Amino acid sequence: MGAPVTAPAPPAPAPPPAARPRRRAARRRALADTATAYAFLAAALVVFALFSWWPILRSAVLGFQEVDFASGSTWVGLANFERLLADPLFFTAWRNTGLFTLYALVLGFAVPFLTAVLLNEFRHAKAYFRTLVYLPVMLPPVVVALMWKWFYDPGPGLINEALRTLHLPTSAWLDSSSTALVSLVIVATWANMGTTTLIYLAALQTVPGELYEAAELDGANLWQRLRHVTVPQTRFVLLVLLLLQIVATMQVFTEPYVMTGGGPQDSTVTVMFLVYRYAFVYNDFGAASAMSLLLLIVLAVFSALYLRATRGSEE
Amino acid sequence: MPSATGRALAGTASAACALTLLSACGTSADGGDTTSDGKVRLDVNGRPPTTQAFERELFDEHVQRFEEANPDIDIVPHEGFMDPQTFSAKLAGGKLEDVFYVYFTDARSLIERGQAADITDAVQDMPHREDVQDGLMEVFQDADGRQFGLPTANYSMGLLYNRELFEEAGLDPDDPPATWEEVREAADAVSGLGEGTVGYADFSKGNQGGWHFTAELYSRGGRIAEEADGGWKAAFNTDDGRDVLQTLHDMRFEDGSMGGRQLLEAEDAQRMMGAGELGMYIAAADNISTIAKQFGGRYEDYGLAPMPGEGATLLGGEGYMVNPGATPEQVEAGVRWIQWKYLNPETIERDVVAHVENDLPVGLPMPPTPDIWKGGVRERIEGVKEANANVPMDNYAGYMEAAPEMEGVIEPPQAQEVYAVLDSVMQAVLTDEDADIDRLLDDAEEKVDGVYSGS
Repeated sequence: MGAPVTAPAPPAPAPPPAARPRRRAARRRALADTATAYAFLAAALVVFALFSWWPILRSAVLGFQEVDFASGSTWVGLANFERLLADPLFFTAWRNTGLFTLYALVLGFAVPFLTAVLLNEFRHAKAYFRTLVYLPVMLPPVVVALMWKWFYDPGPGLINEALRTLHLPTSAWLDSSSTALVSLVIVATWANMGTTTLIYLAALQTVPGELYEAAELDGANLWQRLRHVTVPQTRFVLLVLLLLQIVATMQVFTEPYVMTGGGPQDSTVTVMFLVYRYAFVYNDFGAASAMSLLLLIVLAVFSALYLRATRGSEE
Repeated sequence: MPSATGRALAGTASAACALTLLSACGTSADGGDTTSDGKVRLDVNGRPPTTQAFERELFDEHVQRFEEANPDIDIVPHEGFMDPQTFSAKLAGGKLEDVFYVYFTDARSLIERGQAADITDAVQDMPHREDVQDGLMEVFQDADGRQFGLPTANYSMGLLYNRELFEEAGLDPDDPPATWEEVREAADAVSGLGEGTVGYADFSKGNQGGWHFTAELYSRGGRIAEEADGGWKAAFNTDDGRDVLQTLHDMRFEDGSMGGRQLLEAEDAQRMMGAGELGMYIAAADNISTIAKQFGGRYEDYGLAPMPGEGATLLGGEGYMVNPGATPEQVEAGVRWIQWKYLNPETIERDVVAHVENDLPVGLPMPPTPDIWKGGVRERIEGVKEANANVPMDNYAGYMEAAPEMEGVIEPPQAQEVYAVLDSVMQAVLTDEDADIDRLLDDAEEKVDGVYSGS
């Protein structure tokens, strides 16, 4: 059966002569706007492409190659991943990274939130305390790590000296495989909590005061106000920061690199530390890229959750 | 609100920036093989930074004099030495100099990976070729004896000690410990001075723990690895290996002579030495000038003794190799430069005078008078050193006397990977009172065998 034969559509009526140049001008303007927008985007796109997307792609390729910068790399399939799996440190690094992330969430999530709640309650010297909380963020990460290395010195270090003064038991801190990882978490939390606290504080200030007043009239105490008003009202910010913190803490590198070198007894070897070691100590860029690729996949899952959470809120 | 013209201008500027960035990526890194006037262009590194004004001036003067003597070569000097972290990237990006600095540790792997040019033919008739110690030349040779680089300075480990603290502790600074038992006793005596004084320090971070374990094992006659079935196998799980670890563990936990803070690396020990808080650690001679220059120490306070024990000493050092992409003319020019600048008794004699005039140390077994020579040239350099010494050479007499007789052993294959494993062992014995040394050695042996088998 053939297609039904239809008469050709009548030509659209010609616009009135005065409207034609107007429409053309509008089209030209739209085109110019689009071109300008792309021109503005160009610099950012090029920078992203060169310094983010291209290295990610390149790293993915290197993960499947035996890398030789002098005479050319060769494809080796999954050999780099097999090498990683045969390295006992591979699992140690993932375990340490997992533990670091867990401890960092317990400490790095709760401490800034409670600090923000406290700061929000202050009636006086608000700006002073906010500045005080934010100050560590302004220190370069390596300076923070070196400073805390001295604080943690089991002999004349600041922390043990303080504990001795108070007649409390001291600790070996970084020098013991049972306390080193937690010691690093404390440093990371101290150094980074300023930004998180400020975001929580901003979120807290969006909670309508009437809700607290109503809760108080109902006889709610501080804990009940926190649990039934503050947390539900700020849960979106809490969720987003939780995901961002997971993504950030899983990439921990500066603290173990500067403070412990992965020790004692590999107790602070993290995934990024091992990537560094493969690439720049062993000169095995293939295995380093393979490990980065694995980390990328894990982080991508959390990033996807983050995007879903933020998109959900926009909708 | 910005005008349309303003927006367009800003947009154009943004696009221009993007294009500039893209075009920068395409810039050739290669400076070329020849200059416009037909000279061989030779990019070399090793030029000291501006912070070392005298050394830099001396280097530039060398370049000028070399070019005068070799008008067919144009030297283009670059700052920097070997940075293992950027080496591969420089090589891949075509930014590696034609003549580049290397540590002894890296020479073997660079040769295996084809990352250095074969210079065998170019060194055949090189002046003073036969005056350089054979063992050092071998560091830059492959299994077939082909030459891929030249040594320019070396170090061997010794026992660096604080003479002032020795005296305070009632020890004779002219009779330093010669065995590990004596080291332990001396460390105990020095730490007995109190006020946080540490008798003996050892490293356990940044692969330096593995490096020191190796040096201490060599000094007891042991080895890290041995060749077996055409490959390598761990060889440190022996009585010698156990003795190294047991001594350190006992000094740390029984005697308490190694201080509370561990996970140390070289800079920590140098700082402690400079501050007069440390009695001994094992080190090469260059540590003395570092302690004096950077950490406020005085040359007269430090002595250098041979490694304790009757075994060998760990040998290290530095040299130069030629880029595998260099032309035959550049290889030939590169060897001429390395020989003229570094393997040249006349240059050394002039440098010694310049060092003395500028109040820089002369008398240590390190540049400008490295101990790389043999036979008559060694005697000549030692004579120049002695005549111009401005540091107390007597403090290092024992070390220098033992040097020619003491066996020097280079680092094991895949040294950094092996050191990473052994770092963990050192950390365990220095931080864990209940460390099980046998189990630690068993585990480390398994891991190092894994490193060598490539699994």
